[in-house]
Amino acid sequence: MIVLTLNGRERRLEGLDPEMPLLWALRDHLDLVGAKFGCGIGQCGACTVMVDGRAVRSCVLPLKSAAGASVTTIEGLAEADGGLHPLQEAWIAEDVAQCGYCQAGQIMAAAALLDSNPAPSDAQIESAMAGNLCRCGTYLRVKKAIRRAAGGERT
Amino acid sequence: MSRPGFNPDPGLLELVEYAQGARANSFALARLDRRRFLQLTGAVGGGLMLGLQLGGRSALASQAADADADSFEPGVYLKIAGGEIVIYAPNPEVGQGVKTSLPMLVAEELDAAWTDVRVEQSPIDAERYGRQFAGGSRSIPDRWEGLRQAGASARAMLIAAAAKRWGVPAPECETAESRVTHPASGRSASYFELAAEAARQPLPSPDSLRLKGRGEYRLLGRRLTGVDNRALVTGERLFGIDQTLPEMAHAAYQKGPATGAVPRGANLEEIKRLPGVLDAFVLEGNGNVSELMPGVAIVARDTWSAFRAKAALEIDWDESGAARDSWADASARAAELARSEGGETLADRGDVAAALDAAETRLEAFYQYHFVSHAQLEPQNCTAWVRGGEADLWAPTQTPGRGLKSVAKTLGLNPSRVRVHQTRAGAGFGRRLVNDFMCETAAISARVDRPVKLTWTREDDMSHDFYRAGGFHALQGGVDPNGRLSAWRDHIITFSHDGKRPVVGGHLSAKDFPGGLVSNHRLTRTLLPWHTPCGAWRAPGSNVFAFAVQSFLDELAAAAGRDPLDFLLEVLGEPRWFEPGNFWSLNTGRAAEVVRLAAREAGWGRSLPEGRGLGLAFWFSHAGHFAEVAEVSVSAGRKLRVHRVTVAGDVGPIVNRSGAENQVEGSVIDGLSTMFGQKVTHEAGRVEQPNFHRYPLLRMPQAPEVDVHFIESDYPPSGLGEPALPPLAPAVANAIFAASGLRVRTLPISEEGFTL
Ligand code: FES
Ligand code: FES
Repeated sequence: MIVLTLNGRERRLEGLDPEMPLLWALRDHLDLVGAKFGCGIGQCGACTVMVDGRAVRSCVLPLKSAAGASVTTIEGLAEADGGLHPLQEAWIAEDVAQCGYCQAGQIMAAAALLDSNPAPSDAQIESAMAGNLCRCGTYLRVKKAIRRAAGGERT
Repeated sequence: MSRPGFNPDPGLLELVEYAQGARANSFALARLDRRRFLQLTGAVGGGLMLGLQLGGRSALASQAADADADSFEPGVYLKIAGGEIVIYAPNPEVGQGVKTSLPMLVAEELDAAWTDVRVEQSPIDAERYGRQFAGGSRSIPDRWEGLRQAGASARAMLIAAAAKRWGVPAPECETAESRVTHPASGRSASYFELAAEAARQPLPSPDSLRLKGRGEYRLLGRRLTGVDNRALVTGERLFGIDQTLPEMAHAAYQKGPATGAVPRGANLEEIKRLPGVLDAFVLEGNGNVSELMPGVAIVARDTWSAFRAKAALEIDWDESGAARDSWADASARAAELARSEGGETLADRGDVAAALDAAETRLEAFYQYHFVSHAQLEPQNCTAWVRGGEADLWAPTQTPGRGLKSVAKTLGLNPSRVRVHQTRAGAGFGRRLVNDFMCETAAISARVDRPVKLTWTREDDMSHDFYRAGGFHALQGGVDPNGRLSAWRDHIITFSHDGKRPVVGGHLSAKDFPGGLVSNHRLTRTLLPWHTPCGAWRAPGSNVFAFAVQSFLDELAAAAGRDPLDFLLEVLGEPRWFEPGNFWSLNTGRAAEVVRLAAREAGWGRSLPEGRGLGLAFWFSHAGHFAEVAEVSVSAGRKLRVHRVTVAGDVGPIVNRSGAENQVEGSVIDGLSTMFGQKVTHEAGRVEQPNFHRYPLLRMPQAPEVDVHFIESDYPPSGLGEPALPPLAPAVANAIFAASGLRVRTLPISEEGFTL
């Protein structure tokens, strides 16, 4: 049995292969499909979630390595009362998405960045986000949305 | 002697030709169709439902439908009921923004408050919605008339209801923000209050409706955020890969290492004993590469178990009938053929040989580009439930209607027994015009008799694409003593699956630039055999032709000592529309305007530091005229920095400005991503780039600033998914030359030692 904290709630996972990447446990067994499968080898960032506050590629993180950790997915980013995270608000305001497939991963990478560095420079944004591919090319808007969220007040 | 290639079905070529306007179709034809619109209306739950559809069903059938209110399916564009206005988006959303922009057309003419609007994806139903596909940048031009008519008709009926209720003449009523008002008497009612009465009003004839002029738009041209954005940023279940059904199993499918390989045998018994695996079996396929090719299916309780078992497969492949394509061989052969005449003559205007002899400046160059993959971020997947002679499919596809037919054929079912449900797609770029993944899922679900979701690995996706074909151009050009372009000679060497026609994307024609613009022009073609399927990749053909043609034009300008901007404008010449009334033909007036605007906005001609330069290129495709100027630095070791790309485009009036700018920004970044390091090479029919570690996509630190300008001419609007992409590669290549004197003639440019 693997125990972890998922979006603030303790979850006990039974009968799952400890080698299974966290991504597939989330998507197929925990009904959380926000993290996406893009490459399976840690190259694209579509599967990014936060593990103990760090942005992690869940497609290459075996479930056993997440045991005891606190995992936040895009579904757990908003406030409990449904109020959106400033990044989510900024993403809507900047109309970032095209196809949208990479966007949950982008937002989670950005959330980890702002948690550790609430006012990042452009260069810091670029290096923190370099692991997240957007095939549709929305990078300019991702950057703008992060700047907007960083400049705004957190409620 | 050579085996036939695995031809994607002819429908793909037809679709691409339709998308590019090569097939008979135009706005004029769309107007004729409008008169054949059938209208369906009636009350449903006290609300108003109204739709306009393309002809195809007899008037009798539509009357019968009207008589029976229960037969009213939600197959219409619009529903006003329960305090909301539901608008049905008819075309698939693959990132091009049509789930927002198409409903805006309805809402504009309806005078709906956008905050009252909820958008739903419409069902797939060709009878009601006509062609429902995402391709060729066709959604906006194809739906421009029909959707505005739908909104205007509903508005007229709401006004009629209000006028009747108040006993006032309808022409005295006005509408705005989901309300009808009668200013003279100060009366006002919301659309929701009027919906039930509006449903009982006679349908206005399409000719009685006056659609708004440009100056009257309240919604069009504004910046609206995408209707799915809230769901996207909260991780809701939107995409194909997110679908689940009760009792659903998860599948993986292993096809051959080269297209057409057939499994002779596999370690199925061992695989079936692996944890989580429910079944494993061979599918023979139906021989159609667009439908079902042979392979081994694994059905498991979750995706991970299916993938892990797939990795443990040992399959004995019979490759006697499989593709053996080799890029190394093909490119060597093309280099040999470069100086030959070329088998087919596609254009022969004036006397190229004489003009080259008489030229003051004469150049020859050989350009080439590799195959590339679509690499949309959501791998192919589908969820299907086949039972009792019926099938339901949830699929991220660009062509749901074609997918439905392909599945029916694969399963041997009547198409009326197959239903396709649209999901959002994690981009398409042309890959999802073909629905092999739907057929595979349907076949697996039929075999195991339960709902199944098939997910391809990235390796499956990269290895079984319908690739953008590589190609080669042997070019010669001449500039006369007056400094004018006087001769253009292009021998294109491309590929063919059947030895007769080029693959999709290899169809350079006499109409493409500089066809019709230079008095001595000769275009010939050689086809090399290729078996692995090729397909449509964002702006097919244009995405590579623009590179060769606009780079060589820049070479000629430089060799003749001309300014590239002046030289290009001179080639475009006087404003003229090659086929007046056909928006898919070049209009040199619109072209020159975008070229001038891009140059002005980019500061063309300003002095730049050493090692930094501006490059200009123009291309016309998908009814869009686009010019781009790239500003690039080249430092020691061929290290590039693309600082900024200035884009000027004319696609008529802009529908959703935010979405439009997003498409252009994305086209620039996609264009740079692709030209910089992407290539797919085949050897022995096998792809050598199985995943992103061998296939670099542009990352945020490499992305340039993009400065977008639209000329909002009064022509009807055309689409934006594609036409901003083609000029990017030559603009960057020409900027590299301006910065460094180095001329790039190969894509990707990493082949010439450049890094980004
Ligand atoms: S799916 Fe995890 S990095 Fe690509
Ligand atoms: S929006 Fe499509 S991959 Fe980023």
